[in-house]
Amino acid sequence: MSGRSTRLPLALWSALVITFLWIPIVLIALYAFNGSTLQGWPIEHWSLHWFRVAWDSDARSALWLSVRVGLIVTAIALVLGTMAAAAVARFRFFGREAISFLLVLPLALPGIITGMALNSFFVFAGISVSMWTIVIGHSTFCVVVVYNNVVARLRRTSGSLLEASQDLGADGWQTFRFVLWPVLSTALVAGGLLAFALSFDEVIVTTFTAGLQETLPIFILDNLRQGQQLPVVNVVAFFVISATVIPVFLAQRVMRDTGVRVGAAARAQGGMA
Amino acid sequence: MLLSPPLLAFLVVYIGALAVVLVSSFWSVNAFTSEIEHTWTLANYRTIFSTSQPYLHIAGLTLEIAAAVTLTDAILAFPLAFFMARLAGRRTRALLFVMVLLPLWSSYLVRIYAWQTILAHNGAINWALNGIGLPDQNLAYTSTAMWVVFSYVWLPFMVLPVYAALERIPDSYLEASADLGARGWRTFRSVILPLALPGVVAGSIFTFALTLGDYITPLLVGGPGSTFIGNVVYENFATNVPFAAAFTLVPMLIMGVYLLIARRLGAFDAL
Repeated sequence: MSGRSTRLPLALWSALVITFLWIPIVLIALYAFNGSTLQGWPIEHWSLHWFRVAWDSDARSALWLSVRVGLIVTAIALVLGTMAAAAVARFRFFGREAISFLLVLPLALPGIITGMALNSFFVFAGISVSMWTIVIGHSTFCVVVVYNNVVARLRRTSGSLLEASQDLGADGWQTFRFVLWPVLSTALVAGGLLAFALSFDEVIVTTFTAGLQETLPIFILDNLRQGQQLPVVNVVAFFVISATVIPVFLAQRVMRDTGVRVGAAARAQGGMA
Repeated sequence: MLLSPPLLAFLVVYIGALAVVLVSSFWSVNAFTSEIEHTWTLANYRTIFSTSQPYLHIAGLTLEIAAAVTLTDAILAFPLAFFMARLAGRRTRALLFVMVLLPLWSSYLVRIYAWQTILAHNGAINWALNGIGLPDQNLAYTSTAMWVVFSYVWLPFMVLPVYAALERIPDSYLEASADLGARGWRTFRSVILPLALPGVVAGSIFTFALTLGDYITPLLVGGPGSTFIGNVVYENFATNVPFAAAFTLVPMLIMGVYLLIARRLGAFDAL
């Protein structure tokens, strides 16, 4: 299979597919420097003007809201996701199978269903929209992302490690600090990164739980739908694209060090829409 | 007990809310007061399956595009995943990995927006076409545009599981196949393809489900005739929750069947 005759066409095909993946990203990044308000190609007049305009626009408060929501959601997801994973991986209890199935639902179901369900619940319970309703909406799938990462790691970790630690006289904290933490830390970093990235990028559930508040994706969506402030949207797009380098770089390191399965990343992203 | 109250509350709220949506699909909305009437009726389902209404057609279009996107992504991704997993050197593989991951992590909305500008009348596609002497194409706001954009946006989700499945095939299997006299193509068909299939099916779960539930892409790059199930649900949500709820059951049922088939094909182990 690895003969020269198959190698070249496959390499060419791969190059084409990668080009297809990258051309739109490069083009939209260039538009941030478009001096004109018209979105035509090629760009005829280059300028940094819109960066200043974007900084003074609503985009900044939208970014701030997105960052706050993302951080809170990540914290919640890390705590609840790890607890759920520990319970499911370590103990046998009534309803264990059911819970491990239910926990995958927020990822498996389309976001529009999660969004509708939560919105109905908020209306029914008389909860008015706030940053916290967005946080609850994002937490549904972010908890699951962390849960998936941690439960996979715990399944590969032998329970005898913990028993050995206890036999050697370690207390609960020491066992956690010196045995469990080294095993789990990279899974938690990977899960936390994914949770933040998913929250930061989430649109569909947010449209049902945000009311009139604008997260960064909602800011982009609103302006795209109305065809307004496109030069500002270009700058925001440039910023968002540049920012993705950080998680990819970190995730790449974490995955290389620990062999986190690539599928886990893809599965986690399934909750994105 | 580790399954603490907040986690249980989370599950109860989520499952409870889902149950309310399901139940509400059997209710109706009073045409005069716009209040939800809690009387049991199948009227919403009758509307969806009525041939005089557009809803069956809309569900059909959604399914059709989801299937086309899945097929396109499988065709685009498989050779790339194969090259990454079995042919590329260590450095090339790491580079390709980052090149696939970066678009995956970068904003979904921004990537759709990028295509909006590319497909626009004065965008890059028509510029390139004119450059080689071809006339303008009106690709923007069509179902073709939706097919292209969906295929683009979900492509990394297909590459990664297929890559994972291909990478896990032990070299010894291929050697055994060669020792038994199989040529390259035969090895591919009888050894590699069956072992990679769970990965392809796993990828298809993403491409299919994500397309099925989407309403943003049709909103931004679709045309007048490219309404998706999600768009109908979203539009009805403000005025007629029972109907919106009933229509969400269509993608849920389709996905339920799809997941059952996928599990039989071993896709869950490849996730």
